[in-house]
Amino acid sequence: MKHLKPLNRKARRIDDLVASTDEDFVALQQTTPPPRPHVPMGCTLSFSPGWEVDAGGGTAGLCQPVERDIYDCYVTCFWPVQVPDHVNYSPDWASNCASATKDWRNLDIVFP
Amino acid sequence: MNVIRHQDAFSTSTRYRRGELHEFEAGGNDFIYLVAAGAIFALDEAARTVLANIADEGVEHGALVAALCNQGHQRQDAEDLIRELLLVQGIVTDAPAARQFSSPEAPPTDFPLQALVLNITSQCNLACTYCYEFGSDKIATPQGKPKFMTLQTAKTSVDFLLEQSAARKAVHLTFFGGETLMNFRLLRDVVLYAENQAQQSGKAVTFSLTTNATLLNDEIIDFLSDHHVGVTVSMDGPPDLQNKHRVFKNGKGSYDVIEPRLRKLIDRHKSRAITARVTLTDGVTDVVRIFRHLKDDLGFHEVGFAPVTSSEKQDYSISDPDMNAVLRGFHDLADEWLDYALRGQMHGFSNVSETIGELTQGVNKSHPCGAGLGLLGVSPSGDLSPCHRFTDADSHTLGNINSGIDAEKRGDFLARGHIGTKYDCQTCWARPLCAGGCHHEAFVRYGDTGHANLHYCDWIREWTDTCLKIYGVLAIQKPEFLERFAERKPMT
Repeated sequence: MKHLKPLNRKARRIDDLVASTDEDFVALQQTTPPPRPHVPMGCTLSFSPGWEVDAGGGTAGLCQPVERDIYDCYVTCFWPVQVPDHVNYSPDWASNCASATKDWRNLDIVFP
Repeated sequence: MNVIRHQDAFSTSTRYRRGELHEFEAGGNDFIYLVAAGAIFALDEAARTVLANIADEGVEHGALVAALCNQGHQRQDAEDLIRELLLVQGIVTDAPAARQFSSPEAPPTDFPLQALVLNITSQCNLACTYCYEFGSDKIATPQGKPKFMTLQTAKTSVDFLLEQSAARKAVHLTFFGGETLMNFRLLRDVVLYAENQAQQSGKAVTFSLTTNATLLNDEIIDFLSDHHVGVTVSMDGPPDLQNKHRVFKNGKGSYDVIEPRLRKLIDRHKSRAITARVTLTDGVTDVVRIFRHLKDDLGFHEVGFAPVTSSEKQDYSISDPDMNAVLRGFHDLADEWLDYALRGQMHGFSNVSETIGELTQGVNKSHPCGAGLGLLGVSPSGDLSPCHRFTDADSHTLGNINSGIDAEKRGDFLARGHIGTKYDCQTCWARPLCAGGCHHEAFVRYGDTGHANLHYCDWIREWTDTCLKIYGVLAIQKPEFLERFAERKPMT
């Protein structure tokens, strides 16, 4: 601070707080919390139903792409695997899955 | 915790008011004391101008910027200056969020114990006429209770303190009375026991005692010095003042008895500071003469003064004119304190030192003192009380050393004493340090420990202002002197 000089311990703590926010230019420009990433950065890093659990919700028959349709690959993944086709045949495949961590059981196998 | 809110753009119609602050000037510099935080800032000329420009009804952003530009400030600088003052809440907007009342949070209910005051005896060999324990304003109900603490109770107290201190690395035991040294044998055994127990639990323990000095002898003095027991002597000054109220039961003054003992104490006890604690009463108000005698003639390291605690009408109460004389004396000693400090020396006037210590930290108290929080009193029977002043008062028992703290009663005591419940204090800028004043004094005066001590508000404000000015001068001219106080622990 330029015009106010902190003189005791409490004042220095306020000064430190002001200084730390002053230097954080990204934070200063933000009016709302930054949006959380919508797209997982790779299926191995995130909860991605189809990979972690099998159809029964367990891990015994852990998945192969061919055994279960893959939520994360749907729309986002560049890799050509057997996933529901969101453009032509299965545009509503994920419509019952608002939150993958809660609603993943609603993702069903696609029978073309 | 202050929450800082950023405003992206100040509308020119945003209206500013002065925040809750106390402005003061010292040594040619301007300062603000921020009441919601206890923080002290020095202002430059521009910041002072902003505060001067804000009238009672407030001022709009556009007008304030224009006024600053007229005084030669760049527009950006004016905006920055306003922003700085907003961030520390030196000025506030009318926005609802900025007007939220802030009161210090209540400390956690499992606040770890730091100190116990052991009333090792309620007996006394003096009969000081103003005594709060035996005088007409007494609240103690000692009938049928033990007059001397047993070693078992004292040992249980030591264990209790160590156990309840949780993660604290150091604890403190204060011995009190009655006349403490009437039970010296117990004191000695407890010190040895506590040192041993503390060592085993990996903590440090320190000791202090308060005494009237009539029973000091070589053996006692050497023990106190060897074990680093800090000594506070209750004493009122030179013979004519000491003998006015501090008398034996036959009415004879105590000065001649204690004087040689004091000289020996101050001469032989080198491990801790020896402090005098003076009670100011009707006719005992010449603080400068008392200070001179105790500091220069007898050699005390520190001398502290407090007006006697009394209900409104006692013949030893201090009258208002007398109180003004006391304040004048305090100011003279405060000036001396500052002169000493500027030369890098400690003066010894405790009333300034204590306040400067609190200002260095920037305390913002939820309660006036640590009573019932980090500190408890123990009566000879083992009853717990908020502090030594409530010893043996049935109305204020907070449990027993054997059964532990009565959480409900302590909760009630602390809820009453919280600054947020003291209506009169909410508009006072001195509340971060005073927090309504002594619980015991409030009870004697108003019948409620949670009542603000309204009879000394003006006095507290004037004294806090004086100490702030001393702080301001030192912070600018000799900041290294204030660092000596940085290590002092806050009260709670």
